[in-house]
Amino acid sequence: MFDLRDLYQQVIVDHNKSPRNFGKLEFFNHEADGYNPLCGDRLHVYLNVNDEGLIEDVSFEGEGCAISVASASLMTDTLKGRPVSEFQQKFEGFQHMVTADLDETPDEEALGKLAVLSGVREFPSRIKCASLCWHTMKSAIENSKEAAKTE
Amino acid sequence: MFDIEQIRSDFPILAQQIYGKPLAYLDNAATTQKPQCVIDAISHYYECDNANVHRGVHALSERATAEYEGARKIIAGFFNARSEREVIFTRGATEAINLVASSWGGANIKAGDEILITHMEHHSNIVPWQLLCERTGATLKVAPINEAGELIIEAFDDLLTERTKLVGVVHMSNALGTINPIASIIAKAHAVGAKVLIDGAQAAAHLAVDVQALDVDFYVTSAHKMYGPTGIGVLIGKQSILESMPPYQGGGDMIRIVTFEKSEYSELPYKFEAGTPHISGAIGFGKAIEYIQSIGFDAIGKREKELLAYATTKAEGFDGLRQIGTAAEKACVLSFVLKSVHPHDLGTIVDREGVAIRAGHHCAMPVMQFFKVPATARASFSVYNTEAEIDALFIALKKAQDIFA
Repeated sequence: MFDLRDLYQQVIVDHNKSPRNFGKLEFFNHEADGYNPLCGDRLHVYLNVNDEGLIEDVSFEGEGCAISVASASLMTDTLKGRPVSEFQQKFEGFQHMVTADLDETPDEEALGKLAVLSGVREFPSRIKCASLCWHTMKSAIENSKEAAKTE
Repeated sequence: MFDIEQIRSDFPILAQQIYGKPLAYLDNAATTQKPQCVIDAISHYYECDNANVHRGVHALSERATAEYEGARKIIAGFFNARSEREVIFTRGATEAINLVASSWGGANIKAGDEILITHMEHHSNIVPWQLLCERTGATLKVAPINEAGELIIEAFDDLLTERTKLVGVVHMSNALGTINPIASIIAKAHAVGAKVLIDGAQAAAHLAVDVQALDVDFYVTSAHKMYGPTGIGVLIGKQSILESMPPYQGGGDMIRIVTFEKSEYSELPYKFEAGTPHISGAIGFGKAIEYIQSIGFDAIGKREKELLAYATTKAEGFDGLRQIGTAAEKACVLSFVLKSVHPHDLGTIVDREGVAIRAGHHCAMPVMQFFKVPATARASFSVYNTEAEIDALFIALKKAQDIFA
């Protein structure tokens, strides 16, 4: 049986307490809203993809449980500075990890620190908390805007 | 005499372990557990008496009909309806409200009319009226609540005018536990000529309801929050009003004569019960009500007050806990948020300690908006709960705080 600490590892507790890349970006050219009507979690992601296709900056804001906040924090950390073309692969890798059979060991090399979230597999009702930010990011990337927005 | 051990042994589901810990089921506002007598009544129906009702002349159909109508009689007596004809079986409180909004509302509500509800309604007593207002051009008015989660009576009185055609009020709030003063609300509404629907989904297992003494026009509830099965509930309406209402759904059982030119509808209550009903559900509902009667509301009320008082005292002494809903008149619900722990994380953590609570918006999003919280954790009590289970909850809450410390 999983211990609660497998879900609420220190890394997750830390990212929840002090989320990275939290708040609105000054310059961004992609954004999207994410909402989980079941639990009321709300999320908004911003990203700035430059002409070379690199995710120059990325951030999120919103409110949610520790799993959803930590997942968004870890996701933005992972994507920052990476080519946007890598997103789909990372998205699929994450989805696979959180829905895989319990006896499958997460591919820590490919997932990096995202692997700390593999514990949600044991908690089916919480998988959506972890994956909300990834779906939100996917829709932000797919619905690109022409010009960067400044506020 | 109130014998908690006997009562707990009536509910076979309670004697189990969750993750190696004794189950503490504190999610009774979502649904209650079922006593053995209800489970047995449903099994017995399928094992011995299963047949369609109101049709066959054979023995099984006679028995099924007698049991189904027997349940209606038990329910009519429980709520003190004038007759069984006032008791309409529905899928639950939600369908009962939709029935009234669609049938009575469709025939009686027009542009310029107002429907008055409160800020503490469950979505099921908001959305059907919104749909009716969209169809007819009527206006939905909402009476506000205060910081304790109580209806502000003066504001309600101001909103109640001769334009008000229907008042819809929850008897007991599922999200806050607040008990509304429905007798005076009904009297005031009638004084301006409005009809009243009371949503009793949360109340009917905890409070005695006498629809005649209340003079309520429509009272709705669901069996599954009263130790009965899911998928069955009732609309109890005044016969004179129900008779004037058009059918809600068409089909078998609700007609007297069908030709392609015109059909004649059945008498009450069958006019509103199209199709083969949830026969086993009705039988289980009747048995659940007999179970409540066997304990009695005096004993139930006394016990549930003790449990709420015990839990409230613990909550008040718990560092970082904010109660949501502190009405002077409340029952069975402890809704709260904990500083630094989101309700969903709480729900998961206490579950691992065997404690089942609800985390979320409780289908009452406007209540969450009022208190400016995205969600709450809610422990809700029933007659079979114990102080030890409440202790288990607070030990688990402490554990959650430690994880996030």
